[in-house]
Amino acid sequence: MSAILDNFWALLGLKVLLIALVVPGVSLVIIFAELKISAHMQSRVGPYFAGGRYGWAQPLADGLKFMQKEDLVPRDADRPVFKIAPMVVLAGTMAVFVIVPFSPSLVVRNLDLGIFYALAAGSIGTVGVLMAGWSSANKYSLMGGLRAAAQLIAYELPLVLAVVGVVIAAGTMSMVGIVEAQAEPFFHLGDTAIRLPYLLQGQFVGFAIFVIAMLAELSRTPFDMPIAESELVMGYLTEYSGIRFTMFFLGEYAGMFAMSAVASTLFLGGYYFPGLDSSTFGPIILMTKVGLLVFVMIWFRWTFPRFREDQLQSIAWRWLVPLSLVNIAITATLKVVF
Amino acid sequence: MTTADRQLLSRYHSEVQVSVELQTPEMILNLGPQHPSTHGVLRLVARVDGEVITEVEPVVGYMHRGYEKLAEVRTYPQITALVNRIDWVSGFANEIPFMVATERLMGIEPPARAQYIRLILTEMARISSHLLFLSSFPLELGAATPLMYALRERERVLDLIEGLTGGRFHPNFNRIGGVKPAAGAGSTQKKVVQDLPKGFLDQTREAMVQVRSVCDEMVELVLGNEIFQERTRGVGIIPADKALAFGVTGPNLRASGVSFDLRKTDNYLPYSDLEFSVPTGDNGDGFDRYSVRLEEVVQATHIVDQATDLIPAGDLQTKVPRIIKVPRGEIYVRAENPKGEMGYYVVSEGGRGPYRLKIRSASFSNLSILPWLLKGQLLPDVIAILGSLDFVLGDVDR
Repeated sequence: MSAILDNFWALLGLKVLLIALVVPGVSLVIIFAELKISAHMQSRVGPYFAGGRYGWAQPLADGLKFMQKEDLVPRDADRPVFKIAPMVVLAGTMAVFVIVPFSPSLVVRNLDLGIFYALAAGSIGTVGVLMAGWSSANKYSLMGGLRAAAQLIAYELPLVLAVVGVVIAAGTMSMVGIVEAQAEPFFHLGDTAIRLPYLLQGQFVGFAIFVIAMLAELSRTPFDMPIAESELVMGYLTEYSGIRFTMFFLGEYAGMFAMSAVASTLFLGGYYFPGLDSSTFGPIILMTKVGLLVFVMIWFRWTFPRFREDQLQSIAWRWLVPLSLVNIAITATLKVVF
Repeated sequence: MTTADRQLLSRYHSEVQVSVELQTPEMILNLGPQHPSTHGVLRLVARVDGEVITEVEPVVGYMHRGYEKLAEVRTYPQITALVNRIDWVSGFANEIPFMVATERLMGIEPPARAQYIRLILTEMARISSHLLFLSSFPLELGAATPLMYALRERERVLDLIEGLTGGRFHPNFNRIGGVKPAAGAGSTQKKVVQDLPKGFLDQTREAMVQVRSVCDEMVELVLGNEIFQERTRGVGIIPADKALAFGVTGPNLRASGVSFDLRKTDNYLPYSDLEFSVPTGDNGDGFDRYSVRLEEVVQATHIVDQATDLIPAGDLQTKVPRIIKVPRGEIYVRAENPKGEMGYYVVSEGGRGPYRLKIRSASFSNLSILPWLLKGQLLPDVIAILGSLDFVLGDVDR
């Protein structure tokens, strides 16, 4: 066993395999949670029969059904681009997990530029969306793809700027380093050391901006204009069916998982919780925080209507970008002063 | 021009196009007839420049069922079943103007109890139609949950209508000279006098309380929502003069500030005995159209409450001949339906069926403002405006 763990390539392969199994698995759980939570919010029962109890097997059944469907490609579509697009979306999302630390040691690569890498990898998905919209040879898909691109440009900036505050406070871009910085005592109250996540260390503005930008990046309500069922009839997803649609679908929920994991690492202390051993309980602590954020996203989706494209742009440029700049300035000043 | 010249020119041509200006050709977007936001089979041929609609042409008629022509070969009692299906979300309300027209031509008047039952059911149809609007409009804007809340209470109203009439959407409950008559009035069968089901009035009052509570919920969940206000305030403004010029009626007209309600002006049902207010809006935008309808539901529940208190005892049916023949004449009767003014122009030659039946449906006239209203709007706003006008394609195409 230790021979495997000492071999760099074997260990890397093991970690990648773990990610490849865990991410779709957790995505299925999130899909099920969305089905059930939305049902209870709307006074319905939701899936009930699949799997015997509480309909727990519903996402699996849906996935199996999708796989049996014909993989349609429109006649005028740009075939190679059309076929690659869903893979780009899913691969971009999966790539984020390379740097997400589930515990001090359970991380595929503890890159020094971890958060930088995460933000870069996270926006590859939008390229896939643009590819899908462009190659579908469908006007609705094209509009959906273009909306997604406009959204990415508008929201990448506040997303990055919101992270800068945390990076300044932690003094590192490594994800493990950021968590460890939050595990340091913030101040001492008598003999007890008070340890706080960055959300409570004054980064709440950054957190709010990050969550809003995250919703926009993931095309979740109230920023789901690229999909906009009532306007664009699912936008870039219109022409997809079968296994490729499943990839998009899985990619959406894997994206929720990925961004929530990044957000909880940056702002909520990641795998660390005061009084619990990080190396043992780390994954459970992180998943609990992810679960909280995912619940909030589901809650938003079933409560809010969606914004209009121009309103989204004005929120991004007129509110989020200036606010995040102010946040950076204040954080930097406080860092220097204290 | 030689081939070499042409090649040279084409090379420059492509260069010129790129360098002088970025070409953004307009494209034609077909919204519908299969589109989730067109409530059926409305088709909008829109010329779009990016997301801006430069021109729009509504195409209607995909659901034309020829009711006006069909009515010419049907007897008067048979037509009740036809007119039910014009605006199917308020089936009962469609029957009323036709029945009143026929009765006025025949010179008969239904008993007071029957009139009150008609009034109660009309208002329940209004509640069910408006609740559908209150739930589907947020859905157009991307909020799915109000749909479930409003439809849950709408179900109670539909259950009551079903319990009384036997049909949820198509009650077919009116008879000429009253409502559903005593069963088996013929010589071979025993005469059975039917009345309202036991406890109907009490259940109705209970349901009205529920409807009012869901209205309160909607005020908080939808009207109070910042995003909803952002999306609807100032969007799709219909000024009062334009509304009148295009023949817009019903809540859409009242949202523009014109206090015009046929329930107050025409006496086709005993509305004058009851107290209710006519809500109006100020700006004529999507937000006003939503809040006016929301208030109308509350008023309708008050009307039903009063009617259940005031309803007199008595017959459900006046005496009419077994074979109904309407004397020669013509008449136009209109009524305030949930969607707006619904009118029937009946021409009788003295036979068992009308010579000609012209149906003035509210949704069709309300939609005539679309080319003017949608010009220059953004695509998401087009969807919001379509949703706020509250039309039903059966009512448009007949």
